[in-house]
Amino acid sequence: MFRYIGLRLLQLIPVFFGATLLIYFMVFSLPGDPIAALFGERPPPQSVIDTIREQYHLNDPFIVQYLYYVGGILTGDLGTTYSGRPVSDLLGQAFPITFRLAMLALFFEAVAGIAVGLIAGLRKGKFFDASALVVSLLLISVPTFVVGFILQYVFSIQLGLFRTTVGPGAPIQDLILPAIVLATVSFAYIVRLTRASVADNMQADFVRTATAKGLTRGRVVRVHILRNSLIPVVTFLGVDIGSLMVGAIVTEGIFNINGVGGTVYQAIKRGEGPTVVSFVAVMVIIYMLANLLVDLLYAALDPRIRYAK
Amino acid sequence: MQNSSSGPGHFVAQLDDTPLAAVDSVDESEKARSSFADAWDAMRGRPMFWISLVMIALILVVAAFPNLFTQTKPNLGCLLPDSNGGPEAGHPFGFTRQGCDIYSRVIFGAQASVTVGILATVLVTVFGGIIGALAGFYGGFLDAVVSRIGDIFFAIPTVLGAIVLMSVLPTRTPVTVALVLALFAWPQIARIMRGSVVAAKNADYVTASIALGVSRFRILVRHVVPNAIAPVIVVATTSLGTFIVAEATLSFLGIGLPPDVMSWGNDIGQARASIATAPMVLFYPAAALSLTVLSFLVLGDVVRDALDPKARARR
Repeated sequence: MFRYIGLRLLQLIPVFFGATLLIYFMVFSLPGDPIAALFGERPPPQSVIDTIREQYHLNDPFIVQYLYYVGGILTGDLGTTYSGRPVSDLLGQAFPITFRLAMLALFFEAVAGIAVGLIAGLRKGKFFDASALVVSLLLISVPTFVVGFILQYVFSIQLGLFRTTVGPGAPIQDLILPAIVLATVSFAYIVRLTRASVADNMQADFVRTATAKGLTRGRVVRVHILRNSLIPVVTFLGVDIGSLMVGAIVTEGIFNINGVGGTVYQAIKRGEGPTVVSFVAVMVIIYMLANLLVDLLYAALDPRIRYAK
Repeated sequence: MQNSSSGPGHFVAQLDDTPLAAVDSVDESEKARSSFADAWDAMRGRPMFWISLVMIALILVVAAFPNLFTQTKPNLGCLLPDSNGGPEAGHPFGFTRQGCDIYSRVIFGAQASVTVGILATVLVTVFGGIIGALAGFYGGFLDAVVSRIGDIFFAIPTVLGAIVLMSVLPTRTPVTVALVLALFAWPQIARIMRGSVVAAKNADYVTASIALGVSRFRILVRHVVPNAIAPVIVVATTSLGTFIVAEATLSFLGIGLPPDVMSWGNDIGQARASIATAPMVLFYPAAALSLTVLSFLVLGDVVRDALDPKARARR
């Protein structure tokens, strides 16, 4: 097991460098002068330009610039925003909020998705199953931001059940509605995945054996069907962390949450390319680590999978 | 499929043990049915297949010839007194905040979404499919290099990568949006195709073709790819819908299509300001977008059920 973790971490290294190089290359090899973008209409004096070029290593070749950038990431220095705040400072403030939001969303989608998917799978072809399928398809086809507008309008503006925008410090009760919005698409996927998986396992030999040897239905469902059906769902949850982060950009933008996503949203709106890049780079790293974590969880859940000793 | 000739003990039946007469009596006059013909039969009987197909055909016609459906120009004749106005004669959906006709905007908005969706899907399928097939079939160094490069792109979620690239790109058109989405989405298809090709290339008919002296490339194109392409088709159909959602998300964030391009994503973003007073302004483009995505999702579902023999038997 430890050998496997070590191997996976080693595999992560080239992917990490590749991905950051890719992002860096995309952004900084493009035409356009970053300093001109910094000053807008009136060009600054030459001495200021020279100082900035020196400060940001713009006179060095591309690969040296990249190494400075990666060195910065590894030592926790992620550069500064246009307004002069260190990105790592901003990240430290924003990350706990997004983490809370994402955990809440993950909790909602996992609990509700698995519950609905399980019931639908057990009653395959019945009314509940058919409506769960239709609702899940609808939820997937409506973009997150539209769901966000509608729920915000209905529950906050019309019914007044929640605050329209999230207050400072983002208390949990304010995050409930955004978390539901963030969870909708993944909820739908989990319903479909759990349903298909449960329906498959219902016909498996081990379930027939369990029923035949006289186990109660509750035990068959809980221990034999559910546990085996959760394996693909766990894998999905790992991949889903990536889409949760994209969703967080949209959701936090709509609900005015000062998390990682909200910061990226504001930076996009203001056209602050470097801030967007450094935040998204951090998101990509989180995504890679989360995928690793899920792979390990996968082994814990499925006794058939034992990584090479 | 297991390769039956690769067991440790080879057994060759005695000639008189082999009932040649039975083999001879098999009727070979009819052409063998392909799995696609089976799939077609399975799909033909399902109403959802025809409903989604008709919807998609309609959407494609609207996207290609918007002028057939409306005489009103989406950006001309917008009068501020009509701002957020309700439906009236000739304007069935009412007016936007700028006083433009919503119906014609919805009709003209189809083009951008459909272009991005189809172009990105075609690019991803062709590019990812070819790369995955070559890597899976030839293996070795090529496979290692391609897989590692794919890993790097795979580590960046499609829309996140698109956000980074689109926020710095100077030109934004449906084509660039499609290219950017495809750039980050191809490894998924490449991985599926590679896995599928690896599974197919050890089949008996491939061994037979090698024995007959068919060239490697011809085996790949004639035998392996047709037998490995089914999972790619399924994912491609479904991903068309997700590309359309991705384009709308990018446009909503303000880094997709520029505001002067007619697009559902842009219109939804603009309608947000007046959601409390005129929710219908938001409803129509959102409904058009969702119906389009839904049609492709349903078609993808039906195609998956039809191409997967396991699912076909289950139904």
